[in-house]
Amino acid sequence: MSNVPTDRQYLSSHEWAQQVEGVVVVGISEHAAEELGELVFIELPAKGDEVVFETQFGEIESVKAVSGLNSPVTGKVVEVNQELIDSQAAISDSPFEDGWLIKVEPAIDSGLDLLLDHKTYQAQLDGS
Amino acid sequence: MKKTVLNAAHQRHGARLVEFGGFEMPVWYSGLTEEHHAVRQRAGVFDLCHMGRFEIVGDDPVAALDRVVTQDVSRMKKGQVRYSLVCNDEGGVLDDILIYRLPDRLWLVVNAGNRQKLLHWFGERLVGAKVIDHSEDLAMVALQGPLACSLLAPHIDRAHHRAVADLGYYRISRAQVKLTGTPIDGWISRTGYTGEDGFELYIPSGSAESVFDALLDLSDEVIPCGLGCRDTLRLEAGMPLYGHELSEQQDPIGAGLSFGVSLDKEGGFIGEPALREVVARGPRRQLRGFVVEGKRPARQGAVILHDSRPVGVVTSGSPSPTLGVPIACGYVDSSVSEEAPLEVDLRGKSAPLSPHPLPFYRRTAETAHSE
Repeated sequence: MSNVPTDRQYLSSHEWAQQVEGVVVVGISEHAAEELGELVFIELPAKGDEVVFETQFGEIESVKAVSGLNSPVTGKVVEVNQELIDSQAAISDSPFEDGWLIKVEPAIDSGLDLLLDHKTYQAQLDGS
Repeated sequence: MKKTVLNAAHQRHGARLVEFGGFEMPVWYSGLTEEHHAVRQRAGVFDLCHMGRFEIVGDDPVAALDRVVTQDVSRMKKGQVRYSLVCNDEGGVLDDILIYRLPDRLWLVVNAGNRQKLLHWFGERLVGAKVIDHSEDLAMVALQGPLACSLLAPHIDRAHHRAVADLGYYRISRAQVKLTGTPIDGWISRTGYTGEDGFELYIPSGSAESVFDALLDLSDEVIPCGLGCRDTLRLEAGMPLYGHELSEQQDPIGAGLSFGVSLDKEGGFIGEPALREVVARGPRRQLRGFVVEGKRPARQGAVILHDSRPVGVVTSGSPSPTLGVPIACGYVDSSVSEEAPLEVDLRGKSAPLSPHPLPFYRRTAETAHSE
Protein backbone atom coordinates (compact mmCIF):
# COMPACT_ATOMS: atom_id res chain seq x y z
CA MET A 1 0.00 0.00 0.00
CA SER A 2 1.58 3.27 -1.05
CA ASN A 3 1.66 6.39 1.05
CA VAL A 4 -0.75 9.30 0.38
CA PRO A 5 0.22 12.36 2.47
CA THR A 6 -2.70 14.40 3.77
CA ASP A 7 -0.96 17.78 3.36
CA ARG A 8 -1.49 18.13 -0.40
CA GLN A 9 -3.91 17.56 -3.27
CA TYR A 10 -3.88 15.26 -6.28
CA LEU A 11 -4.79 14.71 -9.92
CA SER A 12 -6.31 11.37 -10.88
CA SER A 13 -3.28 10.97 -13.20
CA HIS A 14 -1.13 10.74 -10.00
CA GLU A 15 0.52 14.17 -9.82
CA TRP A 16 0.39 16.08 -6.52
CA ALA A 17 0.33 19.80 -5.68
CA GLN A 18 1.33 21.34 -2.37
CA GLN A 19 0.89 25.05 -1.62
CA VAL A 20 3.85 26.47 0.27
CA GLU A 21 4.05 30.21 0.90
CA GLY A 22 2.20 31.23 -2.26
CA VAL A 23 4.05 28.80 -4.52
CA VAL A 24 2.72 25.42 -5.69
CA VAL A 25 5.18 22.52 -5.49
CA VAL A 26 4.43 19.75 -8.04
CA GLY A 27 5.45 16.10 -8.05
CA ILE A 28 4.22 12.57 -8.72
CA SER A 29 2.76 10.24 -6.11
CA GLU A 30 4.49 7.25 -4.57
CA HIS A 31 1.98 5.03 -6.35
CA ALA A 32 3.00 6.51 -9.72
CA ALA A 33 6.70 6.18 -8.89
CA GLU A 34 6.21 2.52 -7.96
CA GLU A 35 4.24 1.81 -11.11
CA LEU A 36 6.93 3.39 -13.30
CA GLY A 37 9.80 1.39 -11.80
CA GLU A 38 13.36 2.38 -12.62
CA LEU A 39 13.55 5.81 -14.22
CA VAL A 40 15.95 6.70 -17.01
CA PHE A 41 14.97 10.13 -18.31
CA ILE A 42 12.89 13.18 -17.46
CA GLU A 43 11.94 16.23 -19.45
CA LEU A 44 10.77 19.28 -17.48
CA PRO A 45 9.83 22.80 -18.56
CA ALA A 46 12.22 25.71 -18.11
CA LYS A 47 11.93 28.45 -15.51
CA GLY A 48 9.49 31.04 -16.83
CA ASP A 49 7.43 28.59 -18.91
CA GLU A 50 3.67 28.52 -18.51
CA VAL A 51 1.99 25.29 -17.38
CA VAL A 52 -1.74 24.59 -17.70
CA PHE A 53 -4.04 22.62 -15.40
CA GLU A 54 -4.49 18.99 -16.50
CA THR A 55 -2.22 19.57 -19.50
CA GLN A 56 1.07 17.82 -20.17
CA PHE A 57 4.11 19.79 -19.01
CA GLY A 58 6.82 17.15 -19.27
CA GLU A 59 7.67 13.50 -19.73
CA ILE A 60 9.08 10.84 -17.50
CA GLU A 61 10.59 7.67 -18.88
CA SER A 62 11.19 4.36 -17.13
CA VAL A 63 13.10 1.35 -18.38
CA LYS A 64 9.84 0.05 -19.83
CA ALA A 65 7.81 3.05 -21.03
CA VAL A 66 7.33 6.78 -21.33
CA SER A 67 4.58 8.68 -19.48
CA GLY A 68 3.33 12.22 -19.74
CA LEU A 69 3.36 14.52 -16.70
CA ASN A 70 0.19 16.57 -16.25
CA SER A 71 0.15 19.85 -14.36
CA PRO A 72 -2.12 20.06 -11.32
CA VAL A 73 -2.00 23.86 -11.61
CA THR A 74 -2.07 26.69 -14.15
CA GLY A 75 0.70 29.24 -13.73
CA LYS A 76 4.33 30.15 -14.33
CA VAL A 77 7.27 27.88 -13.50
CA VAL A 78 9.49 29.63 -10.96
CA GLU A 79 11.85 26.76 -10.13
CA VAL A 80 12.81 23.41 -11.64
CA ASN A 81 14.39 20.54 -9.71
CA GLN A 82 17.66 20.49 -11.68
CA GLU A 83 19.04 17.51 -9.76
CA LEU A 84 16.55 15.27 -11.53
CA ILE A 85 18.04 15.94 -14.96
CA ASP A 86 21.11 13.82 -14.19
CA SER A 87 19.47 11.28 -11.90
CA GLN A 88 15.80 10.59 -11.30
CA ALA A 89 16.54 8.45 -8.23
CA ALA A 90 15.03 11.08 -5.88
CA ILE A 91 11.62 10.58 -7.54
CA SER A 92 11.68 6.85 -6.73
CA ASP A 93 13.25 7.28 -3.29
CA SER A 94 11.36 10.33 -2.08
CA PRO A 95 8.48 11.21 -4.43
CA PHE A 96 6.79 13.57 -1.95
CA GLU A 97 9.88 15.48 -0.79
CA ASP A 98 13.28 15.42 -2.56
CA GLY A 99 11.68 14.16 -5.76
CA TRP A 100 9.55 17.28 -6.40
CA LEU A 101 9.55 18.32 -10.06
CA ILE A 102 8.69 22.00 -10.46
CA LYS A 103 7.47 24.98 -8.41
CA VAL A 104 4.73 27.11 -9.95
CA GLU A 105 3.43 30.59 -9.26
CA PRO A 106 -0.30 29.96 -9.65
CA ALA A 107 -2.46 32.05 -11.98
CA ILE A 108 -5.74 33.45 -10.66
CA ASP A 109 -7.65 30.69 -12.43
CA SER A 110 -5.18 28.07 -11.21
CA GLY A 111 -7.43 25.02 -11.18
CA LEU A 112 -6.28 24.18 -7.63
CA ASP A 113 -9.88 24.10 -6.41
CA LEU A 114 -10.57 21.23 -8.81
CA LEU A 115 -7.91 18.89 -7.40
CA LEU A 116 -8.74 15.72 -5.49
CA ASP A 117 -8.25 15.76 -1.75
CA HIS A 118 -6.12 13.00 -0.22
CA LYS A 119 -9.16 10.91 0.76
CA THR A 120 -10.57 10.91 -2.77
CA TYR A 121 -7.19 10.08 -4.27
CA GLN A 122 -6.67 7.30 -1.73
CA ALA A 123 -10.10 5.91 -2.64
CA GLN A 124 -9.09 5.94 -6.32
CA LEU A 125 -5.97 3.90 -5.49
CA ASP A 126 -7.94 1.48 -3.32
CA GLY A 127 -10.46 0.96 -6.11
CA SER A 128 -7.83 0.21 -8.76
CA MET B 1 -6.84 -12.48 -17.97
CA LYS B 2 -5.33 -15.96 -17.67
CA LYS B 3 -2.88 -16.92 -14.94
CA THR B 4 -0.08 -19.45 -15.09
CA VAL B 5 0.28 -22.16 -12.46
CA LEU B 6 3.06 -20.02 -10.95
CA ASN B 7 0.87 -16.97 -10.29
CA ALA B 8 0.78 -17.56 -6.52
CA ALA B 9 4.57 -18.01 -6.49
CA HIS B 10 5.02 -14.67 -8.30
CA GLN B 11 2.92 -12.91 -5.69
CA ARG B 12 4.84 -14.63 -2.90
CA HIS B 13 8.12 -13.42 -4.41
CA GLY B 14 6.87 -9.83 -4.65
CA ALA B 15 6.38 -9.59 -8.42
CA ARG B 16 4.83 -6.61 -10.14
CA LEU B 17 2.29 -8.27 -12.42
CA VAL B 18 1.22 -7.01 -15.85
CA GLU B 19 -0.72 -8.36 -18.82
CA PHE B 20 1.34 -10.09 -21.50
CA GLY B 21 -0.01 -12.28 -24.30
CA GLY B 22 -3.30 -12.66 -22.45
CA PHE B 23 -1.63 -13.73 -19.18
CA GLU B 24 -0.96 -12.01 -15.89
CA MET B 25 2.83 -12.19 -15.79
CA PRO B 26 5.66 -10.75 -13.65
CA VAL B 27 7.34 -7.76 -15.33
CA TRP B 28 9.89 -7.62 -12.51
CA TYR B 29 10.41 -8.65 -8.88
CA SER B 30 13.41 -6.77 -7.43
CA GLY B 31 13.89 -4.53 -10.49
CA LEU B 32 14.56 -4.87 -14.20
CA THR B 33 18.20 -3.80 -14.19
CA GLU B 34 19.17 -5.95 -11.20
CA GLU B 35 17.50 -9.00 -12.77
CA HIS B 36 19.16 -8.31 -16.12
CA HIS B 37 22.62 -8.20 -14.53
CA ALA B 38 21.87 -11.32 -12.48
CA VAL B 39 21.27 -13.29 -15.70
CA ARG B 40 24.37 -11.87 -17.41
CA GLN B 41 26.62 -12.46 -14.39
CA ARG B 42 25.04 -15.23 -12.28
CA ALA B 43 21.65 -16.90 -12.89
CA GLY B 44 17.94 -16.10 -12.95
CA VAL B 45 14.72 -18.11 -12.97
CA PHE B 46 11.85 -17.38 -15.42
CA ASP B 47 8.24 -18.57 -15.62
CA LEU B 48 7.57 -19.51 -19.25
CA CYS B 49 4.26 -21.30 -18.68
CA HIS B 50 2.44 -18.64 -20.71
CA MET B 51 4.10 -19.92 -23.88
CA GLY B 52 2.27 -22.52 -25.96
CA ARG B 53 3.55 -26.11 -25.84
CA PHE B 54 2.22 -28.19 -28.74
CA GLU B 55 2.76 -31.74 -29.90
CA ILE B 56 2.34 -32.80 -33.52
CA VAL B 57 1.03 -36.37 -33.83
CA GLY B 58 0.26 -38.53 -36.84
CA ASP B 59 1.68 -41.28 -39.04
CA ASP B 60 4.50 -39.03 -40.21
CA PRO B 61 4.39 -35.85 -38.09
CA VAL B 62 7.78 -34.65 -39.37
CA ALA B 63 6.65 -34.67 -43.01
CA ALA B 64 3.37 -33.00 -42.10
CA LEU B 65 5.04 -30.25 -40.07
CA ASP B 66 7.59 -29.64 -42.83
CA ARG B 67 4.78 -28.32 -45.07
CA VAL B 68 3.76 -25.58 -42.60
CA VAL B 69 7.06 -24.34 -41.15
CA THR B 70 10.10 -22.72 -42.80
CA GLN B 71 12.76 -24.88 -41.12
CA ASP B 72 13.73 -28.27 -42.59
CA VAL B 73 12.42 -30.59 -39.87
CA SER B 74 13.37 -33.77 -41.77
CA ARG B 75 17.03 -32.84 -41.46
CA MET B 76 16.90 -32.27 -37.70
CA LYS B 77 18.60 -34.91 -35.60
CA LYS B 78 16.73 -36.60 -32.80
CA GLY B 79 17.29 -34.55 -29.67
CA GLN B 80 17.82 -31.37 -31.65
CA VAL B 81 15.99 -28.04 -31.19
CA ARG B 82 15.75 -25.49 -33.98
CA TYR B 83 14.31 -22.03 -34.53
CA SER B 84 11.64 -21.70 -37.22
CA LEU B 85 9.02 -19.39 -38.59
CA VAL B 86 5.42 -20.21 -39.42
CA CYS B 87 4.45 -18.11 -42.44
CA ASN B 88 1.18 -17.34 -44.19
CA ASP B 89 0.76 -17.76 -47.95
CA GLU B 90 2.15 -14.26 -48.54
CA GLY B 91 5.35 -15.05 -46.61
CA GLY B 92 4.31 -12.92 -43.61
CA VAL B 93 5.20 -14.29 -40.17
CA LEU B 94 2.35 -15.88 -38.19
CA ASP B 95 4.75 -16.74 -35.38
CA ASP B 96 8.33 -17.62 -34.57
CA ILE B 97 8.70 -20.94 -32.77
CA LEU B 98 11.10 -23.58 -31.52
CA ILE B 99 10.82 -27.11 -32.91
CA TYR B 100 11.94 -29.96 -30.64
CA ARG B 101 12.59 -33.26 -32.40
CA LEU B 102 12.58 -35.83 -29.62
CA PRO B 103 13.36 -39.49 -30.26
CA ASP B 104 9.71 -40.44 -29.81
CA ARG B 105 7.76 -37.23 -30.40
CA LEU B 106 7.67 -33.83 -32.06
CA TRP B 107 7.13 -30.66 -30.02
CA LEU B 108 6.74 -26.96 -30.65
CA VAL B 109 6.96 -23.99 -28.33
CA VAL B 110 5.06 -20.95 -29.61
CA ASN B 111 4.46 -17.42 -28.37
CA ALA B 112 1.74 -16.88 -25.74
CA GLY B 113 -0.14 -14.31 -27.81
CA ASN B 114 -0.23 -16.60 -30.86
CA ARG B 115 -1.36 -19.82 -29.15
CA GLN B 116 -4.96 -19.81 -30.35
CA LYS B 117 -4.09 -18.50 -33.80
CA LEU B 118 -1.53 -21.27 -34.33
CA LEU B 119 -3.75 -24.02 -32.92
CA HIS B 120 -6.31 -23.00 -35.51
CA TRP B 121 -3.71 -22.66 -38.31
CA PHE B 122 -2.10 -26.05 -37.62
CA GLY B 123 -5.53 -27.61 -37.25
CA GLU B 124 -6.48 -26.37 -40.72
CA ARG B 125 -3.19 -26.69 -42.56
CA LEU B 126 -1.57 -29.89 -41.22
CA VAL B 127 -2.23 -32.76 -43.59
CA GLY B 128 -2.17 -36.26 -42.06
CA ALA B 129 -1.28 -35.00 -38.58
CA LYS B 130 -2.90 -33.05 -35.81
CA VAL B 131 -1.82 -30.67 -33.09
CA ILE B 132 -2.29 -31.39 -29.38
CA ASP B 133 -2.10 -28.51 -26.90
CA HIS B 134 -0.03 -29.47 -23.82
CA SER B 135 0.24 -25.88 -22.55
CA GLU B 136 -1.93 -26.58 -19.52
CA ASP B 137 -0.60 -29.98 -18.41
CA LEU B 138 3.10 -29.30 -19.04
CA ALA B 139 4.87 -26.41 -17.28
CA MET B 140 7.99 -24.64 -18.52
CA VAL B 141 10.54 -22.82 -16.38
CA ALA B 142 14.00 -21.55 -17.27
CA LEU B 143 17.28 -21.15 -15.42
CA GLN B 144 19.48 -18.76 -17.38
CA GLY B 145 22.95 -17.39 -16.76
CA PRO B 146 26.61 -18.43 -16.54
CA LEU B 147 26.04 -20.33 -13.27
CA ALA B 148 23.04 -22.28 -14.60
CA CYS B 149 24.95 -25.38 -15.64
CA SER B 150 27.00 -25.85 -12.48
CA LEU B 151 24.00 -25.15 -10.23
CA LEU B 152 21.65 -27.49 -12.05
CA ALA B 153 24.01 -30.37 -12.82
CA PRO B 154 23.82 -32.14 -9.42
CA HIS B 155 20.02 -32.20 -9.58
CA ILE B 156 19.40 -33.62 -13.06
CA ASP B 157 19.68 -37.29 -14.05
CA ARG B 158 19.79 -37.97 -17.76
CA ALA B 159 19.57 -41.31 -19.56
CA HIS B 160 22.79 -43.39 -19.65
CA HIS B 161 24.20 -41.18 -16.86
CA ARG B 162 25.11 -38.44 -19.26
CA ALA B 163 25.95 -35.16 -17.53
CA VAL B 164 23.92 -31.98 -17.97
CA ALA B 165 27.16 -30.22 -18.95
CA ASP B 166 27.34 -32.53 -21.97
CA LEU B 167 23.91 -31.51 -23.25
CA GLY B 168 24.76 -29.48 -26.36
CA TYR B 169 23.39 -26.04 -27.14
CA TYR B 170 19.91 -26.33 -28.68
CA ARG B 171 19.54 -29.97 -27.58
CA ILE B 172 16.79 -31.58 -25.52
CA SER B 173 16.67 -34.82 -23.56
CA ARG B 174 14.57 -36.67 -21.04
CA ALA B 175 15.56 -35.91 -17.49
CA GLN B 176 14.75 -36.80 -13.94
CA VAL B 177 14.56 -33.53 -12.04
CA LYS B 178 15.75 -34.03 -8.45
CA LEU B 179 15.23 -30.54 -7.11
CA THR B 180 12.43 -31.40 -4.70
CA GLY B 181 11.72 -34.32 -2.37
CA THR B 182 10.47 -36.61 -5.13
CA PRO B 183 12.23 -37.05 -8.48
CA ILE B 184 10.14 -35.59 -11.31
CA ASP B 185 10.15 -37.05 -14.81
CA GLY B 186 10.42 -34.36 -17.45
CA TRP B 187 12.66 -32.93 -20.14
CA ILE B 188 15.54 -30.47 -20.21
CA SER B 189 16.78 -28.39 -23.12
CA ARG B 190 19.79 -26.11 -23.41
CA THR B 191 17.86 -23.20 -24.86
CA GLY B 192 16.87 -19.69 -23.88
CA TYR B 193 15.96 -16.19 -24.93
CA THR B 194 18.63 -14.27 -23.05
CA GLY B 195 21.90 -14.65 -24.95
CA GLU B 196 23.38 -16.56 -21.99
CA ASP B 197 23.97 -20.21 -21.37
CA GLY B 198 20.91 -21.71 -19.76
CA PHE B 199 18.30 -24.41 -19.58
CA GLU B 200 14.58 -24.81 -19.93
CA LEU B 201 12.77 -27.49 -17.91
CA TYR B 202 9.50 -29.13 -18.98
CA ILE B 203 7.69 -30.75 -16.07
CA PRO B 204 4.11 -31.66 -15.11
CA SER B 205 2.17 -28.53 -14.13
CA GLY B 206 1.51 -29.90 -10.65
CA SER B 207 5.25 -29.79 -9.90
CA ALA B 208 5.86 -26.32 -11.33
CA GLU B 209 5.66 -24.32 -8.12
CA SER B 210 7.94 -26.62 -6.11
CA VAL B 211 10.50 -26.70 -8.95
CA PHE B 212 10.35 -22.89 -9.35
CA ASP B 213 11.01 -22.43 -5.63
CA ALA B 214 13.72 -25.10 -5.59
CA LEU B 215 15.56 -23.39 -8.45
CA LEU B 216 15.53 -20.16 -6.44
CA ASP B 217 16.87 -22.05 -3.43
CA LEU B 218 19.84 -23.44 -5.38
CA SER B 219 21.96 -20.46 -4.37
CA ASP B 220 21.71 -16.94 -2.97
CA GLU B 221 22.98 -15.82 -6.38
CA VAL B 222 19.81 -16.99 -8.14
CA ILE B 223 16.87 -14.56 -8.28
CA PRO B 224 13.43 -14.64 -9.92
CA CYS B 225 13.37 -12.68 -13.18
CA GLY B 226 10.46 -11.07 -14.98
CA LEU B 227 9.52 -10.38 -18.56
CA GLY B 228 11.03 -6.88 -18.33
CA CYS B 229 14.59 -8.18 -18.25
CA ARG B 230 13.70 -11.02 -20.60
CA ASP B 231 12.96 -8.28 -23.14
CA THR B 232 16.18 -6.30 -22.58
CA LEU B 233 18.25 -9.54 -22.54
CA ARG B 234 16.79 -10.73 -25.85
CA LEU B 235 17.12 -7.26 -27.42
CA GLU B 236 20.83 -7.15 -26.51
CA ALA B 237 21.19 -10.68 -27.89
CA GLY B 238 19.60 -9.60 -31.19
CA MET B 239 16.64 -11.96 -30.89
CA PRO B 240 13.32 -10.88 -32.45
CA LEU B 241 10.08 -10.53 -30.48
CA TYR B 242 6.76 -11.25 -32.15
CA GLY B 243 4.65 -8.08 -32.32
CA HIS B 244 7.82 -5.99 -32.50
CA GLU B 245 10.25 -7.24 -35.15
CA LEU B 246 7.80 -9.81 -36.52
CA SER B 247 4.23 -9.61 -37.77
CA GLU B 248 1.99 -11.02 -40.48
CA GLN B 249 3.05 -8.07 -42.65
CA GLN B 250 6.77 -8.78 -42.24
CA ASP B 251 8.78 -11.46 -44.08
CA PRO B 252 11.57 -13.29 -42.21
CA ILE B 253 14.20 -12.39 -44.83
CA GLY B 254 14.20 -8.65 -44.09
CA ALA B 255 14.09 -9.55 -40.38
CA GLY B 256 17.50 -11.22 -40.79
CA LEU B 257 16.09 -14.69 -40.09
CA SER B 258 17.15 -16.47 -43.30
CA PHE B 259 18.95 -19.03 -41.12
CA GLY B 260 15.52 -20.32 -40.08
CA VAL B 261 14.21 -20.61 -43.65
CA SER B 262 14.99 -23.66 -45.81
CA LEU B 263 13.80 -22.58 -49.26
CA ASP B 264 15.27 -25.68 -50.87
CA LYS B 265 13.67 -28.35 -48.70
CA GLU B 266 11.88 -31.08 -50.58
CA GLY B 267 8.16 -30.57 -51.00
CA GLY B 268 8.10 -26.84 -50.23
CA PHE B 269 6.13 -25.11 -47.46
CA ILE B 270 3.41 -22.53 -46.98
CA GLY B 271 4.83 -19.14 -47.96
CA GLU B 272 7.81 -20.57 -49.86
CA PRO B 273 6.93 -19.10 -53.30
CA ALA B 274 6.42 -15.66 -51.74
CA LEU B 275 9.71 -15.88 -49.83
CA ARG B 276 11.57 -16.95 -52.98
CA GLU B 277 10.37 -13.73 -54.58
CA VAL B 278 11.58 -11.67 -51.59
CA VAL B 279 15.01 -13.29 -51.84
CA ALA B 280 15.13 -12.75 -55.61
CA ARG B 281 14.31 -9.04 -55.56
CA GLY B 282 15.81 -8.36 -52.12
CA PRO B 283 13.75 -7.41 -49.03
CA ARG B 284 12.06 -4.00 -49.17
CA ARG B 285 13.33 -3.12 -45.71
CA GLN B 286 15.91 -4.59 -43.36
CA LEU B 287 16.29 -4.84 -39.62
CA ARG B 288 19.23 -2.84 -38.28
CA GLY B 289 20.68 -2.18 -34.85
CA PHE B 290 21.42 1.26 -33.39
CA VAL B 291 22.76 3.08 -30.39
CA VAL B 292 20.63 6.15 -29.69
CA GLU B 293 22.73 9.19 -28.82
CA GLY B 294 21.76 10.84 -25.55
CA LYS B 295 20.00 9.31 -22.58
CA ARG B 296 16.57 8.96 -24.05
CA PRO B 297 15.53 5.53 -25.35
CA ALA B 298 13.71 5.22 -28.69
CA ARG B 299 10.57 3.09 -28.40
CA GLN B 300 8.56 0.92 -30.77
CA GLY B 301 6.92 3.08 -33.43
CA ALA B 302 9.44 5.96 -33.34
CA VAL B 303 10.11 7.12 -36.90
CA ILE B 304 13.65 6.81 -38.32
CA LEU B 305 14.67 9.78 -40.49
CA HIS B 306 17.31 10.42 -43.16
CA ASP B 307 17.58 14.07 -44.30
CA SER B 308 14.35 14.71 -42.32
CA ARG B 309 12.60 12.15 -44.54
CA PRO B 310 11.00 9.03 -42.92
CA VAL B 311 12.94 5.93 -43.99
CA GLY B 312 12.10 3.47 -41.23
CA VAL B 313 10.59 2.70 -37.87
CA VAL B 314 11.89 1.49 -34.51
CA THR B 315 10.59 -1.97 -33.52
CA SER B 316 12.22 -2.30 -30.06
CA GLY B 317 14.21 0.07 -27.93
CA SER B 318 15.36 0.28 -24.35
CA PRO B 319 18.21 1.38 -22.15
CA SER B 320 20.77 -1.44 -22.44
CA PRO B 321 21.85 -2.46 -18.93
CA THR B 322 24.95 -4.22 -20.28
CA LEU B 323 26.12 -1.50 -22.70
CA GLY B 324 24.94 1.40 -20.54
CA VAL B 325 23.42 3.30 -23.46
CA PRO B 326 19.99 3.27 -25.13
CA ILE B 327 19.84 0.67 -27.90
CA ALA B 328 17.21 0.08 -30.54
CA CYS B 329 16.49 -1.98 -33.57
CA GLY B 330 14.21 -1.09 -36.40
CA TYR B 331 13.42 -1.48 -40.07
CA VAL B 332 15.07 0.82 -42.59
CA ASP B 333 14.30 0.95 -46.32
CA SER B 334 16.86 -1.17 -48.16
CA SER B 335 17.60 1.78 -50.48
CA VAL B 336 19.20 3.66 -47.54
CA SER B 337 22.90 2.80 -47.26
CA GLU B 338 24.46 1.52 -44.03
CA GLU B 339 26.58 4.68 -43.86
CA ALA B 340 23.72 7.16 -44.32
CA PRO B 341 23.34 9.38 -41.24
CA LEU B 342 20.06 8.57 -39.50
CA GLU B 343 18.05 10.17 -36.74
CA VAL B 344 15.07 9.06 -34.71
CA ASP B 345 12.07 11.26 -33.95
CA LEU B 346 11.51 11.10 -30.19
CA ARG B 347 8.12 12.78 -29.91
CA GLY B 348 9.15 15.88 -31.81
CA LYS B 349 12.84 15.96 -30.92
CA SER B 350 15.36 14.13 -33.05
CA ALA B 351 18.31 12.15 -31.73
CA PRO B 352 21.15 10.79 -33.90
CA LEU B 353 21.36 7.01 -34.41
CA SER B 354 24.73 5.26 -34.61
CA PRO B 355 24.62 1.95 -36.48
CA HIS B 356 25.52 -1.04 -34.30
CA PRO B 357 25.91 -4.57 -35.63
CA LEU B 358 23.37 -7.13 -34.37
CA PRO B 359 23.58 -8.65 -31.86
CA PHE B 360 24.51 -5.91 -29.41
CA TYR B 361 25.87 -8.52 -27.00
CA ARG B 362 27.45 -11.91 -27.50
CA ARG B 363 28.65 -14.03 -24.60
CA THR B 364 32.34 -14.82 -24.63
CA ALA B 365 32.53 -18.33 -23.17
CA GLU B 366 31.09 -20.47 -25.92
CA THR B 367 29.13 -23.41 -24.55
CA ALA B 368 28.14 -25.04 -27.81
CA HIS B 369 28.91 -28.74 -27.52
CA SER B 370 28.19 -31.44 -30.00
CA GLU B 371 26.64 -34.54 -28.61
